[in-house]
Amino acid sequence: MVSAMEIYQLTPKLNCKKCGLPTCMAFAVALLAREKQIEDCTPLLEPKYEAKLKKLREVMAPVAGATETGLIIHEDRCYGCGNCVVACPVNVANDPKGSAIGLGPKSDKVILIVEDGVVKCLNPKECRRFGPNRILCNLCTATCPSKAIEFV
Amino acid sequence: MAVCTGCSLLCDDIEVTIDGRRITKTKNLCRKGFGRYRSLASDRSVRRVDGKQVGIDEAISRAAEMLRDAKRPLLFGWSCSTLEAQRKGIELARRTKAIIDDTSSICQGEIMDMVIREEIPSCTLDDVRNYGDTLIFWGCDPSSSHPRHMSRFSYFPRGEKLQRGHEEDRTAFLIDIRASPTAKILSGNFVQIPPGGDADLIDAMLAVLDGKIPRVRDKKAMISMMNTLKKADMGVVFPGLGLAYSLKGRMDRLKMLVDRLNETTKYNVIPMVGHYNMRGFNQLLFNETGFINRVSFADGVDHGPMYSVVEASKSCDLALVVGSDPISSLPAGIARALAGVPMITLDPHRTLTTELSRVVIPTALSGIEAGGSALRMDGVRIEFDPIMKSEYPSDEEVLSMILEEI
Repeated sequence: MVSAMEIYQLTPKLNCKKCGLPTCMAFAVALLAREKQIEDCTPLLEPKYEAKLKKLREVMAPVAGATETGLIIHEDRCYGCGNCVVACPVNVANDPKGSAIGLGPKSDKVILIVEDGVVKCLNPKECRRFGPNRILCNLCTATCPSKAIEFV
Repeated sequence: MAVCTGCSLLCDDIEVTIDGRRITKTKNLCRKGFGRYRSLASDRSVRRVDGKQVGIDEAISRAAEMLRDAKRPLLFGWSCSTLEAQRKGIELARRTKAIIDDTSSICQGEIMDMVIREEIPSCTLDDVRNYGDTLIFWGCDPSSSHPRHMSRFSYFPRGEKLQRGHEEDRTAFLIDIRASPTAKILSGNFVQIPPGGDADLIDAMLAVLDGKIPRVRDKKAMISMMNTLKKADMGVVFPGLGLAYSLKGRMDRLKMLVDRLNETTKYNVIPMVGHYNMRGFNQLLFNETGFINRVSFADGVDHGPMYSVVEASKSCDLALVVGSDPISSLPAGIARALAGVPMITLDPHRTLTTELSRVVIPTALSGIEAGGSALRMDGVRIEFDPIMKSEYPSDEEVLSMILEEI
């Protein structure tokens, strides 16, 4: 997974404030949090930073598939064990008769569900990580045996 | 709701959408179970006698004739068939005075023998979910072998007495020789041992229970683990193949440890059975003969290591293989001996064993194309209905037809 520091290394490091943020490091963090787009950094679009721009687009490509909460699912790594489905506190609260006791989800309000042998994200808005007052809950990633789910 | 027969958890909360014979969507199936459902359309075996495609009647009569003529037939496999098919299989063994053995003979047989004879306490997986607060996964990797074990029954779910699940109410230890995917989840409670070091670890654990200093490198960690184990309200040991192979012939060590732990609190053992109905066959054969595997009906009922698939494959003159692939799974020398014997194979899929068999009879995939019942790894009987019609007969139907011919 790409880090803010890696992104910072690919910015022009001018601290020109054209993106509206005080420093390039702040821009890197905002880019990772999907609050800014690559195009918001206008100097980066100049020909002399072409190589950096290309590399930045490459490293940001896997992050593009993330949900609003920054959740990325690597389907090829998932075992479909459902540990995340059962461990997720929102799933447990919304589905006491299903995923809370280890069974398949019986409610529509669950966030994670296992379909065709791999985990899928259904309602990212229910996640504790959604919105400005988010809690950095990590039970789904901590219980994954194959690191198939990550947060940006 | 369908039942998945991908492993011995027999998950019965599977939702499947089908369109004719095509599975379009499944819910709650793990990757392993999904693979079994998807195998419905891939690599199915073809009915054959001596390399030629034949009708069902001809295949059955040829199989019956071979079984009738054989002097020392071996009936092997069974762990991937329903209880009903296994019952027919045992009847067939009696009728043909055959040797009958299943995969437990080279798998969890020794531990299963103690569990079925009630020499070692056991409980159901539902008890584990509701009351099992201290778990030991020993020589197994449930994340890979039984993907939903930890999420459905053992570690993660909330139970009747354990409302906070794994977060506060449960502790799980993993004892293994390698940092498996399960070790990533239980990294704080992972005890790594050298290959074959299980007996030494048991000695160290018993030493702590005796109040002595254990002979291990990290004495503090061992004493702290044993203190946690002693504080359990209900503990469960899940021995896997790693422990079964490491303690081969010395299974009394495990029994001694469980007995000692049971002096202070309640401990149970549930073997991590691989195939979906291995326990069913063991239980059926035990009810009929008093032995769980390795039985010969040649002269009454006889039992012994010479009737295990490993030995019998060298001495038999015919092998009937049902729902198993011994040529792929047995060591090369034994597989070679078995490959030299005429084989009749009943299997839904093309395997190395079907490729080398004289008679191949394709059967329906149980749980998907054929119904029946099976015993889960904890001995709970799970019944299932087929979710679609099939052109293939079930194992039970084929064995009934062979029995009639004989």
